[in-house]
Amino acid sequence: MSDRAFVAWQKLALGCAILEPGSSAKLKTGDWKSLAPKLDEEKCIKCGKCFTYCPEFCYSEDKNGFFRADLSYCKGCGICANECPTEAISMGKEEK
Amino acid sequence: MGKRVGIEVSLAVAEAVKLCDVDVVSAYPITPQTHIVEELSHYVANGDLDAAFIPVESEHSAMSAAVGSSATGARTYTATSAQGLALMHEIMFIAPSMRLPIVMTIANRSLSGPISIWNDHSDIMAERDTGWIQIFCENGQESFDLTICAFRIAEDKRVLLPVGVNMDGFILTHMIEPIEFMDKAEVKAFLPDYKPQLTLNPKKPVSMGPVGVPEVYMEAKKQYEQALWDSKDVVKEVLAAWGKHTGRKYAMVECNGKKKAKTVFVTMGSLGETAMTAVDNLIAAKQDVGQVRLRLWRPFPKEEMKKALKDAAKVVVIDRALSPGGVCGPVATEIKSLFYGDKNAPKIYNIVAGLGGRDVSVKDFEEMYALAKGGKIKDDYVIWGVKSNA
Repeated sequence: MSDRAFVAWQKLALGCAILEPGSSAKLKTGDWKSLAPKLDEEKCIKCGKCFTYCPEFCYSEDKNGFFRADLSYCKGCGICANECPTEAISMGKEEK
Repeated sequence: MGKRVGIEVSLAVAEAVKLCDVDVVSAYPITPQTHIVEELSHYVANGDLDAAFIPVESEHSAMSAAVGSSATGARTYTATSAQGLALMHEIMFIAPSMRLPIVMTIANRSLSGPISIWNDHSDIMAERDTGWIQIFCENGQESFDLTICAFRIAEDKRVLLPVGVNMDGFILTHMIEPIEFMDKAEVKAFLPDYKPQLTLNPKKPVSMGPVGVPEVYMEAKKQYEQALWDSKDVVKEVLAAWGKHTGRKYAMVECNGKKKAKTVFVTMGSLGETAMTAVDNLIAAKQDVGQVRLRLWRPFPKEEMKKALKDAAKVVVIDRALSPGGVCGPVATEIKSLFYGDKNAPKIYNIVAGLGGRDVSVKDFEEMYALAKGGKIKDDYVIWGVKSNA
């Protein structure tokens, strides 16, 4: 079998259906991004707009009330940075 | 033997769908399919058919709704023609990929333009590679019979693919023919209840039709293409079972006329009956001629077709659709490739005839025969009867 394929065609579920709920969490789409959001805590007013607008639902609130992006799912679209009312989010190279 | 009734073929097809006790009909009216779905909407409105009739706003929606309802496990039917089928195009690929056994009647009509409501096969030929099982009917009785067979083929768990039942627009849909009907119990004895393998059910969650990333797309495609090839055996079984059940026997490829004839016509759809009369006349005039009628277009019955043509010296393939700029018409392309590299290949002529509702008569077939016999057809294909100044 080709190493470019996940699974042999005979092993695919009928009609390529996905039988396991929530399995999309296994697909770390974060490696698609070229730029990652970075939060400036000085400017952040904890409004949660980034959390609301993120199309990947990768923002969640931490114990200090800041909203943090889970970079393993963030595709780097920059919507959060664009929507942030105080320009507290900037898009830049991911720090590893 | 059931009751024989003189009836418009469209209404007979609607009756067949009713007898199959469908759960959902989603359709948009278009000439020449209209009478079928109009009749079905009457049945639903009058309470004669316990089904949901979804009067959608377009054919794109008709096929989308059919996909959705079939995904819930409902026995689903729709019908269309020409521009309507074209509007369904992108969803046509989705149904087989999701393995949904929708049955659709295609009242074959030419695609505009120029604007035409009349018959040819250009609508279905544009959908050739969508992955549907594609059946062609020759007359009214076949349209009734094969509609019922289509549900059993589609829903067989070895298949689970949509089936398109093609019947020539007007030539069949609007013709009044004597049709032998069946009662509900007889149909029920032939067509088991649909037992879906996967359904949209909150108690057992499943995602249908997800994205196929490059690492999975080709395997998904291969899965349903294999199912399409495997469906050939099921088609054969179902047609045999139908023959046993009703006495009306059909095959994927049928021969007519002289055995081992030197010159053989290949036809698909209602032209088969016209050709049959011509073949009878020619045989009466001591000509060595036969005919092969192709009933199953997809999956293409390769072995059966090759066997049917193995003794022919000359084959005249009639196409009712033009493949502009192509080597020849779609049916002839298949048959030529079937014989590629074969030392004993017959001479294969292609005649594109009857486009946009142009009549093709018995006399036309007799003339085609004379030209083929005399070896007078030189071009890859001939557009039959096109008026020219040259």
